[in-house]
Amino acid sequence: MKQSGAQILIKCLEEEKVRAIFGYPGGAVLDIYDALYDSSLKHFLVRHEQGAAHAADGYARATGKPGVCLATSGPGATNLVTGLANAYMDSIPMVAFTGQVATHMIGRDSFQEADIYGITLPITKHNFLVKDVKELPRVVKESFHLATTGRPGPVLIDLPKDVCQEKTDLKYPKVSQLRGYRPVLDGHPEKISEAAAAITGARRPVICAGGGAISSGSSEVLRQLAELCAIPVTTTLMGKGVFPENHPLSLGMLGMHGTKYANYAVNECDLLITIGARFSDRVTVRADAFAPKARIIHIDIDPAEIGKNVQVDIPIVGDVKRVLEQLCQVVQARTETEEWSAKIREWKDKYPLRYHHNGKIKPQFVIEQIYEVTGGNAIIATEVGQNQMWAAQFYTFTKPRTFISSGGLGTMGFGLPAAIGAQIGRPGETVFNIAGDGSIQMNIQELATAADYKLPLKVAILNNNYLGMVRQWQDIFYNGRLAYSDISGPDYVKLAEAYGAVGMQVTRPEDVRRALQKAMQVEDRPVLIDFLVDRKENVFPMIPPEGTISKMLEE
Amino acid sequence: MFRTLTVLVENNPGVLTRVASLFSRRGYNIDSLAVGQTENPSISRMTIVVEEGDKVIEQVTKQLHKLIDVIKVSDITEEEYVDRELILIKTDADPSVRGEIMQIVEIFRARIVDIGQNTLTIEATGDEGKIRAIIEALRPFRIRELVRTGKIAMLRGSRFNTVENGN
Ligand SMILES: Cc1ncc(C[n+]2csc(CCOP(=O)(O)OP(=O)(O)O)c2C)c(N)n1
Ligand SMILES: [Mg+2]
Repeated sequence: MKQSGAQILIKCLEEEKVRAIFGYPGGAVLDIYDALYDSSLKHFLVRHEQGAAHAADGYARATGKPGVCLATSGPGATNLVTGLANAYMDSIPMVAFTGQVATHMIGRDSFQEADIYGITLPITKHNFLVKDVKELPRVVKESFHLATTGRPGPVLIDLPKDVCQEKTDLKYPKVSQLRGYRPVLDGHPEKISEAAAAITGARRPVICAGGGAISSGSSEVLRQLAELCAIPVTTTLMGKGVFPENHPLSLGMLGMHGTKYANYAVNECDLLITIGARFSDRVTVRADAFAPKARIIHIDIDPAEIGKNVQVDIPIVGDVKRVLEQLCQVVQARTETEEWSAKIREWKDKYPLRYHHNGKIKPQFVIEQIYEVTGGNAIIATEVGQNQMWAAQFYTFTKPRTFISSGGLGTMGFGLPAAIGAQIGRPGETVFNIAGDGSIQMNIQELATAADYKLPLKVAILNNNYLGMVRQWQDIFYNGRLAYSDISGPDYVKLAEAYGAVGMQVTRPEDVRRALQKAMQVEDRPVLIDFLVDRKENVFPMIPPEGTISKMLEE
Repeated sequence: MFRTLTVLVENNPGVLTRVASLFSRRGYNIDSLAVGQTENPSISRMTIVVEEGDKVIEQVTKQLHKLIDVIKVSDITEEEYVDRELILIKTDADPSVRGEIMQIVEIFRARIVDIGQNTLTIEATGDEGKIRAIIEALRPFRIRELVRTGKIAMLRGSRFNTVENGN
């Protein structure tokens, strides 16, 4: 039976077991929407295409399954761009579909034509412009394969309107055959033994785990290796939750706003085992002074990450989980572990993360209260800025896929739509978006989406009436010249109510907990709590850009 | 140092853009790039000459590999290979120097392919060294225009650089 391109697309998505599509209609995708109308596929109508991209991203982070979004040509497609760049920087599996003007109209500056294929070349793992409906099934198959295997990432498929309308027979391929794409999965045995020997012989080893450790599902084997060899574990922002932060071996997060003890440990270690991480400048701060005393083992699925930012001694290319399993099979436990463990304990006791109470609501206190009220079992999305760093510092993450935050791109406005995606992907869980007052205003329209689908997610705004992180940098590096960082907002209680959500405002520390408890009881709609926090609070510790640990700023 | 990479790519629209934008985005210096279909019409071969140090070349190679449309990347700089480039040179040539230019053309086994009132257009093919030498030899006569194809290269003997054969 011949079917239209649009119908074929929907069938292919069903074959891929897609459960949720985040999208927004328009002229060029009307055929796809028409086909969706008859389908059992669940489509979620957002209020801005950026919201669709971030929701698909949040869905993918929370579930490990590819997120799918759909937008029309021209402005619909360009509205996805930030979301794609965001997913690309954080290696999140996503497949984005955009409508395009009909093939014979391409290149004529037709109405709502944008070269989204060209625009997204550098911000997707791969992309396609489908010019013949017969190619569509193969392209969809390849896209899901590319998005979810190797180093995951977003893939975009641009679909001209006539391709969606043309009819053909559907033959969905079982496997994708890409001769230029064969990710290496097993670590090279020689390198594995070399690494194993280095670990056994190390006196002061540290593991640094990143997002790749989460996407490969490595938490358990990572824990096995760490415990077997008594290796303290720090994580990057992207790695949060892959190793329980209440574990005695946990060092929390490292880097610019990392714990003092994680940064000390990395600075003093003689062996750094970096796992599924890419030595970003927010981690190394100054790459040439990073882990100065250490030999470095770097385990990553992407060969291009080896030696890109930091020279490494033992590179192992492969799927992180498999490599760790290989390592665990051959590595011998370290014998003299006590000295290093004692040192780590000493640093942890001496330099805990802290803040001071002063009668105002401290943003860190709000985060701690969220941790307590949720029993540490929530999925925490964040916006970007101070709110994000405090969430990372003061919520104790113990499970992978529970911290959903824009790492590489640092996209304000990510948190709310990402929380929506996470809540849809994991309906039974408590989902919080820890927000800043600046960021929340970037995609606030998605509150309508959340209310529409009766999502019980909670938005906690740490409202400092500032673009706080900008204000902090201006105070520290620009002599307190606060150029345009003092920002106002609406009456959030009214706003929430107008959207059909529950709105609360909290102005005193003693009311924080009660508000959170009240929020936890709401099950049929979103809750937004406006916490008026101490305006001038800064995120510490902080290693200034290009600085080293000796330049660390503290409260 | 100049490095010669041969890159087998899917003959897809957009592949040249992908490769070119990779170079510009990451700030790698391309000296020349020549591209065309291979014996297999679904595959194109690019010969890319890059002027970079070892560390950067390693990154270039890996980043190229990472492109889905790139099937194979080989750095053949240290290998035995044949390379050729075609150039056209239009030089000033009033009658008094034509004889001299023709001698040079003879020596390099090049050809004169066009004559203007006061110009000669010379076609030359050859490896890197020969091309460099003929340009230098003609420079004193004042080169007015120069077009070159970029280098193409192939391994010597019965060694192959195809999808099926080794690395
Ligand atoms: C889309 C976008 N624009 C600008 C920035 C730069 N930026 C980083 S943090 C920040 C301030 C964020 O303010 P807010 O959301 O109130 O968070 P706070 O730091 O106050 O917690 C800005 C403007 C960004 N990260 N993303
Ligand atoms: Mg703020």
